[in-house]
Amino acid sequence: MPDFSAHSSAAPVAPPIAGLYVAGLDLIRGEQQLARQLTFTVAAGTALVVVGANGSGKSTLLRCIAGLLPFERGSIELEGRGEMPIAALAHYLGHQEAMKPALTVGENLHFWARMLRSEGAGAAEGLAQGLAPAAALERFGLAHVVDTPAGYLSAGQRRRAALARLLVVSRPLWLLDEPTAALDAASVKKLTEVMAGHLNAGGLIVAATHDELGIAAQTLRLGEQIDEEDGP
Amino acid sequence: MMAACGALFLRELRIAHRLGGGATIGVVFFLILVTIVPFAIGPDLNLLSRIGPAILWIAALLATLLGLDRLFQSDAEDGSLDLLRMADLPLELIVAVKCVAHWVATCLPLVIAAPLFGLMLAVDGLALAALTATLLAGTPALTFIGAIGAALTASLRRGGLLMAVIVLPLTIPVLIFGVSAAQATSGTVPFLSPFLILVALSLGAIVLAPFAAAAALRAMSR
Repeated sequence: MPDFSAHSSAAPVAPPIAGLYVAGLDLIRGEQQLARQLTFTVAAGTALVVVGANGSGKSTLLRCIAGLLPFERGSIELEGRGEMPIAALAHYLGHQEAMKPALTVGENLHFWARMLRSEGAGAAEGLAQGLAPAAALERFGLAHVVDTPAGYLSAGQRRRAALARLLVVSRPLWLLDEPTAALDAASVKKLTEVMAGHLNAGGLIVAATHDELGIAAQTLRLGEQIDEEDGP
Repeated sequence: MMAACGALFLRELRIAHRLGGGATIGVVFFLILVTIVPFAIGPDLNLLSRIGPAILWIAALLATLLGLDRLFQSDAEDGSLDLLRMADLPLELIVAVKCVAHWVATCLPLVIAAPLFGLMLAVDGLALAALTATLLAGTPALTFIGAIGAALTASLRRGGLLMAVIVLPLTIPVLIFGVSAAQATSGTVPFLSPFLILVALSLGAIVLAPFAAAAALRAMSR
């Protein structure tokens, strides 16, 4: 059990996250069984990269962890989450950017910052509070588009703006589905820095990707060999 | 929690305002419907003033449905719905806030415009007041019942017509009591009892529809 004593003075503070434990998880999409008895652990401060062919269940796995898809067998536990659902402690970056084209990038980020912030989550394990939208965009070299409607952005810019969302609210678990899609080399480098910063602060990352992310991570291969696990 | 609800409400209003001015289009559509009917039934003022409230109610019903199909569809398409479900708010509350914002952006302008358009149909003063009151009390029911249909068809590209087919039969009680209260001043029925039933329908829809719509949205993602 995690140690709550450090936080005992403050009233309802979310406890520190110790790790993500997935045990015996079966991935099913439609009628198709994608993976059986998936078991792995991601400790705080480490990353897991999920690789596999198209359709091997990478996105399904991330959506299951995010609580967006129900699963029939197995368990997903975020140790130390206390009373909060995993979904409220996780950032999910899917294939779509969730940016409204009619709103400016700054308005979009500001909205998600207020929408996704939850009481106590920011205080978890001393993770910093979220950055202001402009500061978050700055980290991805997009400071100049704060007041541009999101509809005018290129695919890569939209992707970077969506990545900036990870910084406007502090949540310990990042679930990234193809985070490098549409990104140029310089942006991938910035993403690597941001991810390394998140891991150093005790965060967790589960990323599904075909590319090299540049962070130290264990690998989970879906599809061919079903429940392989490399120790860190 | 209030901050998140407020943020969602503002965002919905902003989007409605920027995308072709949702309110204006709804009111113009309302105006066109009200204008077309006299062409169809002829310039008989007595007839018009008798059926005027009914025409305005049907026009308001159709204008309300306009745009309701995008209530959840646009969020489902661009991934916003996934993130909204991951907020630390019940999905039911999110649905309710979106409905309230939609009502403010589309239905409230209709209610405000209704007395003006009623004049075009030779509806007299007292009846206009009754009509406006019934629209104010009844349109929340239309929006919230419509939200169920919008949630059921959120993942369908051309779900607009299907949504109307699902929703319109469910709005019949609202229409019956809305029109009978609105016509109370000219006829034999009392105003208060159908009006109170109308209010009850709205309150019931506001309470129940968010649960149905949220369940539909959860089921849709499978």
